[in-house]
Amino acid sequence: MSAAHVRPVTGDPAAARPVLQGPEVARAVDRMAHELLEKTRGGADVVLLGIPTRGTTLARRLAARVHAFEGVAIPTGSLDITLYRDDLRLKSPRALEETDVPGDGIDDRLVVLVDDVLFSGRSVRAALDALADLGRPRAVQLAVLVDRGHRELPIRADYVGKNIPTSLKETVHVMLTEDDGQDAVLIGPADTGRAGGDR
Amino acid sequence: MKRHLLSAADLTLEDATLVLDTATELAQLTERATVKKLPTLRGRTVVNLFFEDSTRTRTSFELAAKRLSADVINFSAKGSSVSKGETLKDTALTLEAMGSDAVVVRHSWSGAPVNLSRFIRGSVINAGDGTHEHPTQALLDAYTMRQRLGRVEGLRVTIVGDILHSRVARSNVLLLSTLGAEVTLVAPPTLLPTGVDAWPCAVSYDLDAVLPKSDVVMMLRVQRERMGAAYFPSTREYSRRYGLDVRRAQALSDDAIVMHPGPMVRGMEIAAEVADGLRSTIVDQVANGVSVRMAVLYLLLGGAEPAIGSDDQ
Repeated sequence: MSAAHVRPVTGDPAAARPVLQGPEVARAVDRMAHELLEKTRGGADVVLLGIPTRGTTLARRLAARVHAFEGVAIPTGSLDITLYRDDLRLKSPRALEETDVPGDGIDDRLVVLVDDVLFSGRSVRAALDALADLGRPRAVQLAVLVDRGHRELPIRADYVGKNIPTSLKETVHVMLTEDDGQDAVLIGPADTGRAGGDR
Repeated sequence: MKRHLLSAADLTLEDATLVLDTATELAQLTERATVKKLPTLRGRTVVNLFFEDSTRTRTSFELAAKRLSADVINFSAKGSSVSKGETLKDTALTLEAMGSDAVVVRHSWSGAPVNLSRFIRGSVINAGDGTHEHPTQALLDAYTMRQRLGRVEGLRVTIVGDILHSRVARSNVLLLSTLGAEVTLVAPPTLLPTGVDAWPCAVSYDLDAVLPKSDVVMMLRVQRERMGAAYFPSTREYSRRYGLDVRRAQALSDDAIVMHPGPMVRGMEIAAEVADGLRSTIVDQVANGVSVRMAVLYLLLGGAEPAIGSDDQ
């Protein structure tokens, strides 16, 4: 089960090149926190829900930065999408991750979904289905650290840390200190394992 | 390829932990986040094939399958072609021809699910076969221990009563030893199966000696319906030596819990005050059964291939 938390850099690690490193990741998160405050007029009635594992970490970081900038405490949780995925039948069943919705729920709140990489958009679609089962938010927005393009569904992000044009053959790995011991976004050559961001 | 859950011995430590972790997340979703229905098994069909009476297990499996959006067909031997002489195999093939993805089977013959798994394409889940095994009961018991005591590894678990006729005892011994608990069986010599010394557990005839050293006490019902002869002199004598009454329960350590897989006979193996007391997990066990069976169904049917269970025969 712990396999879900560990995303090894497959392929040739030496060939993976960093796009963002250390403080650059922190700066991108800071800017997203500012944009979130601006767009939601101070973060009132916002709930941040991260898609595990790294989306949850990013959601916590965004909440911490928002708190540091304006002293607003935004309820933060996690939303596991495994049971709502459209590719469940293509692989063997995966371990579930934690779903933790803040106490007051999501009804009539502005829910901001947070993920590390936006790729095909299928994870976000699954997250929207999961949200619908949890309640009825006033609106839903999307924040991602990396938008790598190649959408397969009509989905776009409201807050983007960095747009990184990629080829379909490349992989994108987001590493965060809490999960991986360092902050970095790496682009690697094609590998046979799961690419960064879900297809 | 792994497809079936026939025995608790089919589960490795990783498998069993995966089931318990999955059940924990599912319980969180269905209880705390109040998601009443998950779309995960939409379009899958689960057949409950019950040749023996059951309230708890059948209802629990039915609810679990429905909460995951599977279609459920309930089939009991009474009022079916079985009473006209149809064999187990023909009944199963008929159900499979109707497109079932999993068959949850309870039968009074030990080994009926294994037999069934030889000629069925879908998954077979053993919901209790004779005096052999009841793996999902063992899983929900382990889940309940983890929920109440925070862990299973290292727990001292005492299983008391009619071990000879108990599929729950066998499955629990197998699963709990996989999970690293220390199991002691307590019963009169007549109610212990032959070959019990080869099981991964200790055996005692003296309940009072074992109780103070137990973190978990699991009381079993005396299965009179499976007894052709007298295994003990009288109900009163059995109760006095092997029943968990109020006085005995006081010998337990402060944190110890009392479990019973049900159905229980109050006043025989367990006193009503103990069954309804704070230590008792009997009602929790029933509620946890749904989450654990959801986990098993998800892990066997949710993907292209099962994540747990035994290989094809």
